Amino acid sequence: MAPWILGFLGLILYPMLSSLYFSFTRYSLLDQPQWIGLDNYVFMFTKDPYFWITLRNTLWIIVVGVPSRVAFGIITAWLLTLPRKGTRTYRTMYFMPSIAPPAAAALAFVLVFQPAFGPVNQILRGLGMREPPLWFYGPGSSKWGLVLLGLWGIGDAMIIFLAGLLNVPRQLYEAADIEGANGRQKFRHVTLPMISPVIFFSTVIGIIYGFQLFTQAYVASVATSGSSVTDVASNIGSPQNSMLFFSVYLYKTGFQDFRMGYASALAWVLFVITMVCTLTIIKGSRRWVFYQGGGFR
Amino acid sequence: MADITPRPVPEVVRRRRFLLAVGRHAVLISVAAAFLAPFLFIVFTSLMTSQQAVTPSFWPRPFQWSNYVDVFRRIPFVTYFWNTTQIAVGATIGVLVSCIPVAYALSRMRWRGRQFAFVLILSTLMLPFQVTVVPLYVIWVRLGQINHLTPLILPAFLGDAFSIFLLRQFFLTIPEELSDAARVDGASEWQIMTRVIVPLAKPAIAAVALFQFLYSWNDLFGPLLFLGGNQKLWTLTIGLSEFQSRHGVEWNLTMAASVLFMLPIIVLFFLAQRAFIEGVTLTGVKG
Repeated sequence: MAPWILGFLGLILYPMLSSLYFSFTRYSLLDQPQWIGLDNYVFMFTKDPYFWITLRNTLWIIVVGVPSRVAFGIITAWLLTLPRKGTRTYRTMYFMPSIAPPAAAALAFVLVFQPAFGPVNQILRGLGMREPPLWFYGPGSSKWGLVLLGLWGIGDAMIIFLAGLLNVPRQLYEAADIEGANGRQKFRHVTLPMISPVIFFSTVIGIIYGFQLFTQAYVASVATSGSSVTDVASNIGSPQNSMLFFSVYLYKTGFQDFRMGYASALAWVLFVITMVCTLTIIKGSRRWVFYQGGGFR
Repeated sequence: MADITPRPVPEVVRRRRFLLAVGRHAVLISVAAAFLAPFLFIVFTSLMTSQQAVTPSFWPRPFQWSNYVDVFRRIPFVTYFWNTTQIAVGATIGVLVSCIPVAYALSRMRWRGRQFAFVLILSTLMLPFQVTVVPLYVIWVRLGQINHLTPLILPAFLGDAFSIFLLRQFFLTIPEELSDAARVDGASEWQIMTRVIVPLAKPAIAAVALFQFLYSWNDLFGPLLFLGGNQKLWTLTIGLSEFQSRHGVEWNLTMAASVLFMLPIIVLFFLAQRAFIEGVTLTGVKG
């Protein structure tokens, strides 16, 4: 227990409190933190245009990305329950992209979705689309690229859904068959309630991770902006700030501009928003999450 | 016992079943192709000339194997590889050494405040790393450890909430009678942990080790933050982007480096596929 207590105090509790303190200061690392009260927060909400862009982008990726990952996770897991033979091989193939390192995967996706010569747009043109999206090179479509990247790496969520689907007792389907339920009704009234804890779990995890999204957005944005990875200063979040997410913006303010007080304030706002979202989901879950044991957690 | 002979399946039904199976496999295979296509594309691009890599062609012509040599010439790939390995292995050892005893204490021993400690660990799971990152950076600056590997390895030795949680959940499933039997034989808690629990919890321990290794291997934020200023200490995640400049991206070399970067992970995956998949299942179902 002892090392963890040390770790908790040194790496979590103390940094948490001091980051809260920093958030009320102006601090550049070179000199002492200077108390400025609520100025950071006032600036953030009233004067910093990037904050609202960041918030909008982050919420967008969560609102679009999390549900589509849940849906796609259920679909792929369901596909894996279909065949009698070869399940393991399929599972391996479907799972593999999720272990691809995010930095490498993001670079590969920038290339695969490259607007001029990438294979995806060639296929789209072949299908008759005149002006296929610019994907990572266009402010309107770059986040869709990230969503697709997330769906490619569905593996981990899919495995969890697969375990959930396989845990649904067979008798329930048989009972539904006797009642004359069709496929859709069985899914709606048997499968969905039975896997609702898994849906709940992956939604919560998805939201928490969504707020922290960094690597994929940063790598893709660096690759399309033509700057070097350690010095992106002005191009961060390109194209046109469409890839500016909380972690990315925080990295820029805190560790490229060394506005550490402001970065701390950003972090705390992120924390509060994450908590509010997560707790709302947890509270709401009582209405739709069904636990086999009968009780609520 | 009555003699049960399976009812012969009518020809029509058999044909329909066969067609259904074919249809299902067709869908499954096309989805699999979509999942695997990017990998193929990465490998093919890594073998193209730099001119061909920016054309719509798919098949390398000629196969430029020298790209893989160029990666080593153009960037200090071996150094990056070694740095990444040090961090990943170090952090993995750290997590195992620190988290197994904590998880053991949380699941198999009775003491005051146990529940409180567990709730505390759970709540740190939800804490975004951004909240602590600025003060942590300041601490490491004060300790003079910026541009050292320490900030990426040492914290693992002080425990990790997710790993503790996962191990605890698994330890709880091991029957208490086993520990009791060992206690009757006069074993200390430490002996019970190392001789009884750890051998039984191998799948969970393997999963935790894999997750940590993967996390450290793939991490970009940490290395960027703590090692960004010293190119000798860069990791592969940073190095991957070195083939980019204002003139564009050298896709063939970027992809060749990506292949070399992914290879250890893919090998690891095939060696330890069961631990991977069981581990992921463990996080979801028991969570």
